[in-house]
Amino acid sequence: MKVLNEIKITMPSLSINESTARAVISSFVIQADPTVEELSDIRTAVSEAVTNAIVHGYRNTCGNIEITARLLPERVIYIKIRDTGCGIEDIEKAMQPLFTTAPEEERSGLGFSVMQSFMDRLGVKSKIGKGTSVIMRKKLGGLGE
Amino acid sequence: MKINIKYENDVATAFLTGEIDHHSAKEIRSQLDSYIIAAQPEVFAIDLSGITFMDSSGVGLILGRSRLLQECGGRLEIINPQPYIKRVLRLAGIDVKLGMRNV
Repeated sequence: MKVLNEIKITMPSLSINESTARAVISSFVIQADPTVEELSDIRTAVSEAVTNAIVHGYRNTCGNIEITARLLPERVIYIKIRDTGCGIEDIEKAMQPLFTTAPEEERSGLGFSVMQSFMDRLGVKSKIGKGTSVIMRKKLGGLGE
Repeated sequence: MKINIKYENDVATAFLTGEIDHHSAKEIRSQLDSYIIAAQPEVFAIDLSGITFMDSSGVGLILGRSRLLQECGGRLEIINPQPYIKRVLRLAGIDVKLGMRNV
């Protein structure tokens, strides 16, 4: 599919960068003139995916998180968040609401549920020891409808 | 993140200002827990009107404080969440479990 615009950023898996990721993605998405609700949905989904990479992907280690954002035709926003951390053993189980491997950190286990609810499409690819990629899409409809 | 706790009419209310994510939740948790353990309020309200962003880390924060208050013989109230925060809270069922209201 034709890519109208694209950014790629890489940041270390520091929790302070959760807000950095939201700010960068917001700045990129603004060009497509989203509604306040659409922008909020995308920011929240990105925050969940980046937090997952930090808390679950890298756990107590530090690595890089790579974020790719694309503006596609028909006002579709594509976002990929990739880590090279420990990977997910059972993706289906990990995506179940309230499932978490970090209850001691008061993780609610709702990260994937939020991503699914707030975006139109969610895909997760993962390999143990290699890392995880989360791919999300959202079609903006505020102006075209 | 700013936290201001006021005690009035038998209710302790924490006014939170800023963003709640995994990063900020640690500091908020620490400050709220210190107050709850020291003051043991019967009713502890978290006012979310000043929160401009919240993801599911906020859900963990709220449920954790609710558990702590129950252990201390108190209860938690959630007040004044913005519309975009209500969506996350509803997804977690907090509107049913704890209730949410505007004051």
